[in-house]
Amino acid sequence: MSAFQAVLLRDLRVAFRRWSELAHPLIFFVIVVTLFPLALSPTSSQLREVGVGVLWVATLLSSLLALDGLFRADADDGSLEQMLLSPAPMTITVLAKVTAHALVTLLPLICLVPVSAYTFNIPLAALPTLAVALLLAAPTLSVLVALGAALTVGLRRGGSIVGLLVLPLTAPLLIFGTRATDLSVNGEPTTAPLLFLGALAALAVSLGPLAIAAAVKVGIE
Amino acid sequence: MTDRTLLCGRELAVWRGERCLFEQLHFELGPEQLAVLVGANGSGKTTLLRILAGLGLPTAGSATWKGTSIAELAGEERAEIAYRGHHDALKRDMTVVENLAFHSALWGQEQAFEDVLEELKLDHVAHMRARYLSAGQRRRAAMAMLKLQGAKLWLLDEPTTNLDGEGRALLVEWTHRHIAGGGLAVIATHQPDEFAMRGALVIDLS
Repeated sequence: MSAFQAVLLRDLRVAFRRWSELAHPLIFFVIVVTLFPLALSPTSSQLREVGVGVLWVATLLSSLLALDGLFRADADDGSLEQMLLSPAPMTITVLAKVTAHALVTLLPLICLVPVSAYTFNIPLAALPTLAVALLLAAPTLSVLVALGAALTVGLRRGGSIVGLLVLPLTAPLLIFGTRATDLSVNGEPTTAPLLFLGALAALAVSLGPLAIAAAVKVGIE
Repeated sequence: MTDRTLLCGRELAVWRGERCLFEQLHFELGPEQLAVLVGANGSGKTTLLRILAGLGLPTAGSATWKGTSIAELAGEERAEIAYRGHHDALKRDMTVVENLAFHSALWGQEQAFEDVLEELKLDHVAHMRARYLSAGQRRRAAMAMLKLQGAKLWLLDEPTTNLDGEGRALLVEWTHRHIAGGGLAVIATHQPDEFAMRGALVIDLS
């Protein structure tokens, strides 16, 4: 079994054995998305106007909620040290950990967003584009979140700092993601913003693991 | 430096802010040699072991394995060094067997661990989650990982903590067998007599 496979399966197994923690970001997302119609006047045209933005911002915020355990748990029980010491390259290990994290936290969230979009009166025809945009944004978002978690692994309480570090960096995702969804709501071509999201994803997946591995090494010393 | 030297520390020094933990530390270790690391609490035993494992850098001096700086080791040579610190590196939500299987996969090894588990008297808890194990049993599981890794250099940080008499005896026996088989070990301990053997090097940090 390759190191990538081993780490991926291990993290998935641990995540599913602590499944109640997986639900936190999802519940947070539902609450945030429900609060907005309560705060605004709930006419359907107004909801549709703010809906796209609300969904994207809520997705970004929810994804931050689950990141603390990404490296912290392994650092606390000593297994992160062992991964650093193993002959498997740390970039591969990190890539496996980030993939597992994305599968258990972002994927359920992405499944939930189109459902919530329906409650915001966003037309059904725009949902495929919304889902594709979210899927394209997911790798970049995971890498950014993991980078924040890696940089704060040596700190006792990294949670709030990570938000300050990572949220500003998610601005491009928000811009291209909402743009693609808005264009699709108005029935216009959405290729350009989607391509930008894809380019960002390629950049994040290729360079991200190197940066995260370096951050983990520094954090563990 | 003799031809047989594999692990070498030269002019090692570690400063924590204004405080010097140790400096001008020299040692050489070859095959079939054991080094016992002694010193009071806070004298830098763990720090030195982490430097030798490649998890930390000294303030000055160099630590080398087969002539290569330990921090730059990769792949096969990296795998020759095993480090066991205060943490057991067991995932609490996985069973003992799953933990061992993951650890073996990480080191690219595929071997049966029934014998090791039996020797450690862990066979009856092998399929229990690590969180239900006692501290001593977790230590024994960490010993199993050390054994399965098959490394040439063992770096052990107070390995007998939480172990009962039988466990200690087994660990000492394993260490002596490892040394006799051409291995090296650096062990930080407060009971240097426990691992006593002929030709053992004592590194005193106090």
